[in-house]
Amino acid sequence: MHGSHADFLARIQLGLGFFYLLLAAMNWVAALLLWRDGPKPYFKLGGITVTNVFAWLIVGGLFLIVAPFAMMGSPPEFSESVKHVINELSGPVTLTVGSLVAMAFLFVFRGWWTKPPIAWLLLNFSLLAMGLAVTDANFFEIVGKPDNVPIVGLVYLLGFFTWLATYKAVINDDRMAQGLPPIEKTEDEKVLVWPDLVYTEMICMVAMTALMLVWALALQAPLEEPASSVKTPNPSKAPWYFLGLQEMLVYYDPWYAGVVLPSIVVFGLMAIPFLDFNKAGNGYYTISQRKFSYIVFQIGFFELWIVLIILGTFLRGPNWNFFGPFEYWDAHKVLAQNNVDLSQYFWGGMLGQGMPKAPAGSGPGMEFLYILWRESPGIILTLAYLVLLPPILAATVFRGFFAKMGLIRFMIMSNLLLLMISLPLKMVLRWTVNLKYIISIPEYFLNF
Amino acid sequence: MSIGETIRNSQIWKSVFRHPMPLDRRNRIVVMLTNFFLHLHPVSVKKQGIALSYTWCMGGVTFFLFLVETLTGVLLMFYYRPTLEWAYKDIQDLRDVVSLGVFRELHRWGAHAMVITTWLHMYRVFLTGSYKPPREFNWVVGVILLLLTLLLSFTGYLLPWDQLAIWAITVGSNMARATPFLGHEGPGQQILHVGGIDMITNASDARFALLGARFVGEETLNRFYVLHCVAIPLAVALLLAIHFWRVRKDGGISGPL
Ligand code: HEM
Repeated sequence: MHGSHADFLARIQLGLGFFYLLLAAMNWVAALLLWRDGPKPYFKLGGITVTNVFAWLIVGGLFLIVAPFAMMGSPPEFSESVKHVINELSGPVTLTVGSLVAMAFLFVFRGWWTKPPIAWLLLNFSLLAMGLAVTDANFFEIVGKPDNVPIVGLVYLLGFFTWLATYKAVINDDRMAQGLPPIEKTEDEKVLVWPDLVYTEMICMVAMTALMLVWALALQAPLEEPASSVKTPNPSKAPWYFLGLQEMLVYYDPWYAGVVLPSIVVFGLMAIPFLDFNKAGNGYYTISQRKFSYIVFQIGFFELWIVLIILGTFLRGPNWNFFGPFEYWDAHKVLAQNNVDLSQYFWGGMLGQGMPKAPAGSGPGMEFLYILWRESPGIILTLAYLVLLPPILAATVFRGFFAKMGLIRFMIMSNLLLLMISLPLKMVLRWTVNLKYIISIPEYFLNF
Repeated sequence: MSIGETIRNSQIWKSVFRHPMPLDRRNRIVVMLTNFFLHLHPVSVKKQGIALSYTWCMGGVTFFLFLVETLTGVLLMFYYRPTLEWAYKDIQDLRDVVSLGVFRELHRWGAHAMVITTWLHMYRVFLTGSYKPPREFNWVVGVILLLLTLLLSFTGYLLPWDQLAIWAITVGSNMARATPFLGHEGPGQQILHVGGIDMITNASDARFALLGARFVGEETLNRFYVLHCVAIPLAVALLLAIHFWRVRKDGGISGPL
């Protein structure tokens, strides 16, 4: 596409070289700040005590050595076999399941990875991985699209702020376990808005202005060919912030993925303050005091929104087929899809008979009844899931919740939760047993 | 007397700023009470509530980006005509001909950034539990603001009238075709039948209402232009006023009780 690989590397060498210089500078600034506060020993290596200052000086130095190579067009790269493994690992199944496992890991070990040295090391690793990855033309092609650059920014910002919030929550939770108030409580003396807040705002504005100007000068806004209603691009994608919903179109029909689901999301978000009856954790960072709401929100936000956006933007190519990050977007890639409805499984597979069908010449009422009969397995299953499961939950795992929330609030919360869980549930069913629709009534455009 | 002092002692200056420079405690209080813009804020706040590490200043940054979008948007409107004939050419000219042509960049990247900062702001508000009583209502206002921010971005996406624009909007608005009851391919649309006539067709359904036509065309461009430049910004401005007002009325930025 862009000539040879060497040509491609020549095209990005300047930017990549500066990227590594920046990494070096970043680590050296960290070392400088740590040195100012007085170096502390990190660990011992063969009798030598390595201080924090020394460790980051070395890391920065390594990046500095890499920089000129990158600048001259021979940067370090992922080997083909590593790329192959990453391609395989980033399929929708491993991506979603893997990110869920990663989130569980981060949650359980939040006391460990939020420690500044560990977090800094993780940041270094992720940036290095980024530097290695962009040397692949296919990866660069997609990630470097001007409209996709913000998503890379979003990922790093989310990483940073999640670290910050978790770090503060861990400290607060430790303090509160010892009977101390959260840090926020210790800073409750009043200060004048002028100058304390007004100046902060001023500095934020200047910083933002600078950032926006640099961004605007560095990256030109995209403008493609003039609109043409006959030339359909492949893939046709919605704006990136809706790509989580577009990804849901793989599993659900538009009436659900595009209309009902977003409405439920908006409604569910608005309902949060009225469903969360836990009074603790108001006005300070904490995780231990509100584990349930925290976990639900994190799964909804990261797993069902951010991960799906990343999947939809970076890993979905022509015909909405999946492509690994280092894979070329080949429009001719064909993936066999043989998905089966639940009713087909039931009548055909389990009972070994044909689908119920209204006798020829029957009226619309009769046809309707036959359709209901045909789809009864799915309808019963769905009703059981949404109507029967909540009372069972209320009597068992959520007994305490039910007592505190009352019937209506509990039903709303449990239904919202169940609907949220139904997304990954349907995904898993698709991956494992090729389930297409649980209820399939194409006659009324009602497939679910 | 220095020039600065002369200016500050002039009748004009004093007519605008009704107090001396906010250098001492008294005038730092007075400035907050007498300045229209500053009176958004209280006179004094808890130190914790304005710590960068607590609020991340994300709401503030989002508001700032909204102002950037308003300003650059007005500048873009000077040049842009929402017609099939001109829309694309005007954007091209903005890139190639207009001097200091970074307004389109600022506007587009600002829009992306605003979506991101709105999410981050919501994330922060959630993580500090700031939606809990008495701030439930402000959270709801926030959710509507989030929705409007996304719609602002979505309607703006169409305006350059290039391939990226119309197909993204086509993909997005195709969903409306499947709206239950109100979309011509939505479940339950058969019910809306009057005297044997189908009420919901591709020329009367939710998608048609959104696009002003059966497909993304000139009517859509005009509709989205009006929504993008007038209707949604006005709604956002109103809701922001309520949002900020409620931050104050709910007892300022949240903090441990
Ligand atoms: C256009 C988008 C928005 C703007 C410009 C905005 C602006 C602000 C500002 C300036 C504050 C003051 C504190 C701070 O900076 O964090 C604030 C507070 C708040 N915002 Fe927003 N906001 C927006 C969207 C949202 C959203 C999406 C939500 C939640 C769904 C939300 C919920 C709240 C709540 C509950 C507070 C009070 C927080 C506290 O007292 O700690 N806002 N908002």
